[in-house]
Amino acid sequence: MGLMEDYHPLKGKMFQILKPDGTLQPGGKPPLTDQETLALYQKMVFIRLADQRALSLQRQGRFGTYAPIWGQEACQVGSTYPLQKGDWVFPAFREIGAALMMGISLKNFYLYWMGNEMGSRAPEGINMMPVSVPVGSQTLHAVGAAWAAKIKGDKIVTIAYFGDGATSKGDFHEAMNFAGVFKTPTIFFCQNNQFAISVPRSLQTASKTIAQKAIAYGFDGIQVDGNDLFAVIMATKEAVEKARSGAGPTLIEGVTYRFGPHTTADDPTKYRKEEEIEPWKPLDPLVRLRLYLKGRGLWNEEVETRITEEAQKEIDQTVKEAEAVPTPEVEEIFKYVFAEMTPPLKEQLEYLKSTL
Amino acid sequence: MAEGDRTMAKLNMVEAINLALREEMERDNRAVILGEDVGKEGGVFRVTDGLQAKFGADRVIDTPLAEAGIVGSAFGMAVYGLRPIAEIQFEGFLYPCLDQINNHIGRIRNRSRGRFTCPLVIRLPYGGGIHAPEHHSDSPEAILAHIPGIKVVIPSTPYEAKGLLFSAIRDPDPVIFFEPKRIYRAIREEVPEGDYTIPLGKARLVQEGKDVTMVVWGAMVREALNAAEQLKADKIEAEIIDLRTISPIDSETIVTSIRKTGRGVIVHEAPKTCGLGAEIIALINEKALLSLQAPIERVTGFDIPVPLMKTEHYYLPNPKRIILAVKRVMSF
Repeated sequence: MGLMEDYHPLKGKMFQILKPDGTLQPGGKPPLTDQETLALYQKMVFIRLADQRALSLQRQGRFGTYAPIWGQEACQVGSTYPLQKGDWVFPAFREIGAALMMGISLKNFYLYWMGNEMGSRAPEGINMMPVSVPVGSQTLHAVGAAWAAKIKGDKIVTIAYFGDGATSKGDFHEAMNFAGVFKTPTIFFCQNNQFAISVPRSLQTASKTIAQKAIAYGFDGIQVDGNDLFAVIMATKEAVEKARSGAGPTLIEGVTYRFGPHTTADDPTKYRKEEEIEPWKPLDPLVRLRLYLKGRGLWNEEVETRITEEAQKEIDQTVKEAEAVPTPEVEEIFKYVFAEMTPPLKEQLEYLKSTL
Repeated sequence: MAEGDRTMAKLNMVEAINLALREEMERDNRAVILGEDVGKEGGVFRVTDGLQAKFGADRVIDTPLAEAGIVGSAFGMAVYGLRPIAEIQFEGFLYPCLDQINNHIGRIRNRSRGRFTCPLVIRLPYGGGIHAPEHHSDSPEAILAHIPGIKVVIPSTPYEAKGLLFSAIRDPDPVIFFEPKRIYRAIREEVPEGDYTIPLGKARLVQEGKDVTMVVWGAMVREALNAAEQLKADKIEAEIIDLRTISPIDSETIVTSIRKTGRGVIVHEAPKTCGLGAEIIALINEKALLSLQAPIERVTGFDIPVPLMKTEHYYLPNPKRIILAVKRVMSF
């Protein structure tokens, strides 16, 4: 039996390899070597610190409204890890982890949230779309791109990120249906972080799991512990291989928790009590990986200090570089609207310049 | 403070709308509120704060995250006999609702020859100027005004918001109620408790002036007032008309003013092409062409997506651009 059969959503089991105490499930086998695990742990620490810096910059007025990843690092690092060059990523708006894993620079990432669209320009060769704010809309794009690859005979896969809230959108259901009908090489990765702003998962859908929605569309779904890096990697790896081999889409529900606010504009104390967060704290993806690495003799306080200091230094430097980028010239907001600036736009730009 | 036996309080627009919703929910038990985060959280801008606690989760409903679902269900509720007040969290999330608005909400009365009607309100914060993320700064009012069977209302002050919202909820037809989020908390004024309505389809003369007519709505009223104040130094007296309702438009008030001043400047945040400014100019041409001393000027956003915060200031109409336009029409 394969993973997808073993964890068929209607069996009511969540796939987990690494338990919260840092030990492996009976029979559980890590998909990584020790060194690979340490490297990904380091990446997750970096992501968390870069995310926290974004939050603090926003509070100081140096950043726009920001949607933090805090708590969802394993979902994003684990699900991008099995991707290969040429694969495409369609994020929502909380994907600092996926972005950095795909090779988007932190400077670019920061630039965008500082209010400069140039930050949305992915470097050549990195197939990651800009942030998608209209919830769930990007799921269809991931299907379309995968479909195009299939038509062209390219052996690539696409992955769409979205949250539990997005599963209520028509776009999501249309995307799932198209993917099922046309067997597109698409991975639907739902980061079920339990909240769509203030609305809890229980009010979002009457389905017992999000994973089970895949069944209605005729393809595999699996619920994984989204705070378990190993489980996320294993499930995504299987989905990616399946998609690449022509066997169609998969829906992965990563069960995780949004430790932070929805965005910096949100005050979660209005709808979430501190006690509700408590049970999730020991499930933190970084805590569990740290315990595992400690058990393998690869982690101690010194390692943590070194990793943290290195990360903070790089983040300091990046903030400096991003803030040193000058405010874009006025032409910038006109020149990318079309391949060639249209006469009305030229006229409007000239007028605007004359008023500055 | 009191005016007669009414209690008056200085409220901002968020508080004024909240008060209107609360009073209307008390008055009319058919009124229900539905939307994303409107219940427990009280809305992302706190417009529905405290209402779920007061009226219960059956009347102030946190829906799943689906704008077309919210508006399509509101249609069903309205047809059945409720008075739904739907909230779309930001104007950028309105677009999935256009199918329901254009194809059903705006035409059910006409299609059923009056048998079925759809008295609902869709409230939505709109417009730029708050350094918001992408898709949180659009001004799509002209898109809605272009749809038959839909009324479109845009308040410009807290007092106006309360009176217009009462009228919108009680209107027998569907109303889109755009709330200029930039001035949600920027203006405080006395707003009475209790009932008063401001009729839909009637513009407001904000200030009289003999030289030039400014036609504005929403957050641009404040910009126009600012520009008009500065223009006094040049001995230019601007008349300011706050449209309040952009569909149906109050052409009479506009035309009366243009006949007096002979000059006009229209200001809107929305892109220039096919913006409401073009419609207003056409109305003036139809009804008051011979009164014109100069071509009407438009001060608008541009035909580009609203930029993010680093460059948003380039986009938004401001008093400086309004003054330049006024001087051009004055010196034509």
